[in-house]
Amino acid sequence: MINGISINMYMVLSAILFIIGAVGVMARRNSIIIFMCIELMLNAVNLLLVSFSTLHNDPKGQVFVFFIMAVAAAEVAVGLAILSMVYRNVKSIDTNLMSNLKN
Amino acid sequence: MLAGLLVVVPLIASLVLFLMKGKPVKNIALVFSLVPFAIAIAAYVQLTHNPDSSTLLLNCTWIKSMNVHFAIALDGMSLLLVLLTTFLVPLIILSSYQNNYDNSHSFYGLILLMEMALVGVFMANDGFLFYVFWELALIPIYFICLLWGGADRARITFKFFVYTLFGSLFMLIGLIYLYNHTYTTAGIKSWAIMDLYAAGQALTEVQQGAVFWLIFIAFAIKMPIFPLHTWQPDTYVTAPTQGTMLLSGIMLKMGTFGLIKWLLPIVPLGLANWGGTAITLSVIGIVYASCIAIVQKDYKRLIAYSSIAHVGLIAAGILAANAQGVQGALMQMLAHGVNVVGLFLIADILLRHTGTRDIDKLGGIRSMNGNFAVMFLIILLGSVALPLTNGFVGEFLLINGVYQFSPIAATFAGLTVILGAVYMLRSYQNIMLGERRDAAITFGSVASSDKWVLIIVCLVIIAFGVYPKPLTDLAEPAVKQILSVINK
Amino acid sequence: MVKLVGLVPLFPLIGFLINGFFGKKLSKSISGTIASVAVLASFVVALLLFFEVQHLPGHKAEVSLFSWISAGTLNIPFAFLIDPLSSWFLLIITGIGFLIHVYSIGYMHTDDGFQRFFTYLNLFVFFMLLLVLGNNYLIMFVGWEGVGLCSYLLIGFWFKNTEYNNAAKKAFIINRIGDLGFLLGIILIFISYGSITYSGVFEKAGIVNESTITTIALLLFIGAMGKSAQIPLYTWLPDAMAGPTPVSALIHAATMVTAGIYMIVRSNVFYSISEVASEVVAIVGVATALFAATIGLLQNDIKKILAYSTVSQLGLMFLGLGVGAFSSSVFHVTTHAFFKALLFLGAGSVIHAMGGEQDIRKMGGLKGKIKITFLTMFIGTIAISGIPPFSGFFSKDEILAHVYEHSPVLWFFGMLTSMLTAFYMFRMLYVTFWGSFRGTKEQAHHVHESPSSMTIPLIVLAALSVIGGTLGLPEFWGTPNWMHHHLDAVIYRKNTSLLTHETEWLLMGLAVASAVAVIFFAHQLFVKNGVLPQTNENKLKPWQKLVANKYYVDEFYTAIIQKPIDLISGAFHKFFDVQLIDGIVNGVGTSVKGLGAVVRLVQNGNIGMYVISMVLGIILIFLTLFIL
Repeated sequence: MINGISINMYMVLSAILFIIGAVGVMARRNSIIIFMCIELMLNAVNLLLVSFSTLHNDPKGQVFVFFIMAVAAAEVAVGLAILSMVYRNVKSIDTNLMSNLKN
Repeated sequence: MLAGLLVVVPLIASLVLFLMKGKPVKNIALVFSLVPFAIAIAAYVQLTHNPDSSTLLLNCTWIKSMNVHFAIALDGMSLLLVLLTTFLVPLIILSSYQNNYDNSHSFYGLILLMEMALVGVFMANDGFLFYVFWELALIPIYFICLLWGGADRARITFKFFVYTLFGSLFMLIGLIYLYNHTYTTAGIKSWAIMDLYAAGQALTEVQQGAVFWLIFIAFAIKMPIFPLHTWQPDTYVTAPTQGTMLLSGIMLKMGTFGLIKWLLPIVPLGLANWGGTAITLSVIGIVYASCIAIVQKDYKRLIAYSSIAHVGLIAAGILAANAQGVQGALMQMLAHGVNVVGLFLIADILLRHTGTRDIDKLGGIRSMNGNFAVMFLIILLGSVALPLTNGFVGEFLLINGVYQFSPIAATFAGLTVILGAVYMLRSYQNIMLGERRDAAITFGSVASSDKWVLIIVCLVIIAFGVYPKPLTDLAEPAVKQILSVINK
Repeated sequence: MVKLVGLVPLFPLIGFLINGFFGKKLSKSISGTIASVAVLASFVVALLLFFEVQHLPGHKAEVSLFSWISAGTLNIPFAFLIDPLSSWFLLIITGIGFLIHVYSIGYMHTDDGFQRFFTYLNLFVFFMLLLVLGNNYLIMFVGWEGVGLCSYLLIGFWFKNTEYNNAAKKAFIINRIGDLGFLLGIILIFISYGSITYSGVFEKAGIVNESTITTIALLLFIGAMGKSAQIPLYTWLPDAMAGPTPVSALIHAATMVTAGIYMIVRSNVFYSISEVASEVVAIVGVATALFAATIGLLQNDIKKILAYSTVSQLGLMFLGLGVGAFSSSVFHVTTHAFFKALLFLGAGSVIHAMGGEQDIRKMGGLKGKIKITFLTMFIGTIAISGIPPFSGFFSKDEILAHVYEHSPVLWFFGMLTSMLTAFYMFRMLYVTFWGSFRGTKEQAHHVHESPSSMTIPLIVLAALSVIGGTLGLPEFWGTPNWMHHHLDAVIYRKNTSLLTHETEWLLMGLAVASAVAVIFFAHQLFVKNGVLPQTNENKLKPWQKLVANKYYVDEFYTAIIQKPIDLISGAFHKFFDVQLIDGIVNGVGTSVKGLGAVVRLVQNGNIGMYVISMVLGIILIFLTLFIL
């Protein structure tokens, strides 16, 4: 833990990052950006985990972060593959157009 | 062993039939369906000679965590219904010989699957198993009606399905409620029928009333009892003849049988408080449905309404909960099952030969085919309960049973004697007697498969009208036992 | 010997089965012979049993065949009882049944349905025998409904005719109204006494309180009203004349319609205990007797006249039952069976001779042309009119004497009825056989005496009508009343006449004098003055029109029962069932669907929307968690 920077700061930063991510998911329609925002939210959580892990001197949190990063990587691979397939079919990655399951 | 075979054999038969796509399966289906009947006869012999035989029971654990058992048993009462089912299914298959259905392999497969479920319902001694068979019976008949039905079948079949399912859910709630209460009486949560009886009887008066209605509604819809009957006429008319026969000949008896075995002994106090209301509904149904039957033009619909009237009397007799009422109900269930199969076949024959079932368009058929007229008349007399036909034994006992409950109810219930004669004779006269009304209508000789069904039905009508003793003797101990549980 | 009682109904059953299954392959003569021999065989056995009964201990014996219905404490054997009452009815049924079978061979010989006719006739005899032979009420009920069925089949024998079919249906349905009463009566007997066998009930009849007994007696009487055509259930009987004439003679005059009397005599213990029920029986009886007799005055169809006469005579029998004269009523059943069967068969012979004509206005002058028929019918008419020493005189007089003892008012109406009877019967006779021939030329040419198979039964019945009175000679003559003694064992309350001999002589003299006077009046009117029944209905006086149209009772019933039921049924179906009840059911379905239609708008497929709502949801959960 870097001296002089309290845990509160990490929490605030993490919260800001998370909110940016969440608002991005809610507000944007471009799938790529939504995707990036989800990553942002994941990383906000990662940051929090790492901070508390250091604070409590407990490596469990950091182990979790590795898992999350691995899963996120897999998710990116699958997610982007889906998106590219969608783009091939719909010629767009606008989420508003992806409503074929509606009916 | 025998009990288990009765469930397994129709199941295997139906699976075999499902695999026989594109082959002529009528005869195979008929032979298959005779096997359960033979087993049922064997069970009858066994039961009359050695009632405690272990071949009549089957009990093994099914779902351990919920204490569900695959428990089936044949006592006199369930054997009566099993005999009826296994006897009627071959007749129903034989009656279908003249209708060349598409995909007949699945048609007959479904009929046999249905047989398995029905037999299961009549034999089940475990609440959970009973419910499973109860719902299982709905699936084949749903497809039979949906795939081979008449006009507007999708809508009508859907209504029938949802309506009966809706009712069954109430029963499920009731059964689960009882299951949770078995803990206090049996020390362990159990679905066994005797434990459910004990649990139900230990409930307070109000609780019993609630359970009474929860379970009664399911049975009342299945039978059906006024005012829960409106799915029935449409469904009977739309379903293919064999589907109608299954529905009214056998499936309806699930409801009446359920009343005797799964309602009366469970909530005697509920019955004491609410039996009168239920009987009143049944009796209203008798008069109401009979009146409506009088003005029907479509013969099949007329029989459908008459069936509501008959079943109303059966329900009233059961709910009166005395030896005559319950015994009469069992006799009438058998008689009604056989008679409606005959009547619906007649409706089918009329349609096939003349192209219409409208009783105002038909007429003068008697002068074209006298033998058919005689068989029609015998079945009709069975249906209006003339003495020395099977219908009379049940009807006399039923009215007797209801009279002991309330003379006024019995008088109204007895109106079926008069109104039944009115609509039956009116339709018979319009269809068979007089001069031919439409020159285009011809009526030649009846196909031999149909003829055999009618002959068998007529023989049964007279044989068990003159000598019902084998049947009453079979039912007597079981009825006594049930009544002793109720009156404990 | 008594064990053979099963043979009595068995023979007609065999005849029924043979004719039913193989009738089409048999020639008419063989078929008719089989049917007649079957009944004759029953008659012989019945005769043997009849003599046997006199020597039995207690004058009765029961033969049980098998246990029929059992449920709980209810146990109904299929068993027969042979006692003086049933053995006497057996003789009437099989004896007259046999004569009518023989007659039918001639009467029906040209009909296509010949074998079918005998099939039904044998079946009828079978059920009728069951009715009187049963040792309990339910076997009686079996026969009771069974004869109703045969009546239905035989009234509608010519099934192509819609009017006949309607008459048949009407008979069956009206009978069923009575049957329901009977059935409820049987059930009440079971509930009150725990048994429905005669022996199990009658001996302990008194253990039940009187009001219950009254209810039982009245319920049973409702059954009798239906079967024996009493007010208000009598309307089917005149219509039942649609059947072939031998059927009218056998079923609707001699046997089936007297089943109600048999039933009440059988149950006489109830009626002896219950004053109320007896009174009702007597009043209904006398009302029916008088009412039907007045209708008979203006009928022109020869069979309808006889039909109303039958209704009227049955009323007289019920009057007798109501005042406790049970054996007298059985006596009248017997003599009535003789002369009414004779009259019907004679009418059949007339119709046969006239080629199917039934309207007496189109007959006339037949006495010289069909002599045997005329003479036998003449005897029958005298017998029914109550002229001594013919049979009807004795039986009717015996009933009226008992009625007088009970109530002079009822006696007066009974007297009036018998005067009317004499009048309309002689009217029929005079108009048919006297005067000039009024039929067509073809008919005049065609008129001929019937074959011997028809005339022999007529002659036998005529002889019986003459001598039948000896079965029950009045006791105040010092002669033994055989019928009375014979039935002694089955009548529980004896009533010996309290009238003085002078009064009895006076009543008898009055009856004879009035009958003679009426006949003389009829003779003046129809023979001397040659008055003919009016053919133009418009020229009838209002009261005549009312009577000729049977007081419009049929129309009344149609208006107050049939029409409303049709109307209510239609309303039940169209409005109540389809619209209201099914409307509610469908309404539940539709509202669930509607709710779904609203709720599914939320699922609009916009991912952003889903995410926002999810986040909002999470925030909401957190908020509630923190606040609570």
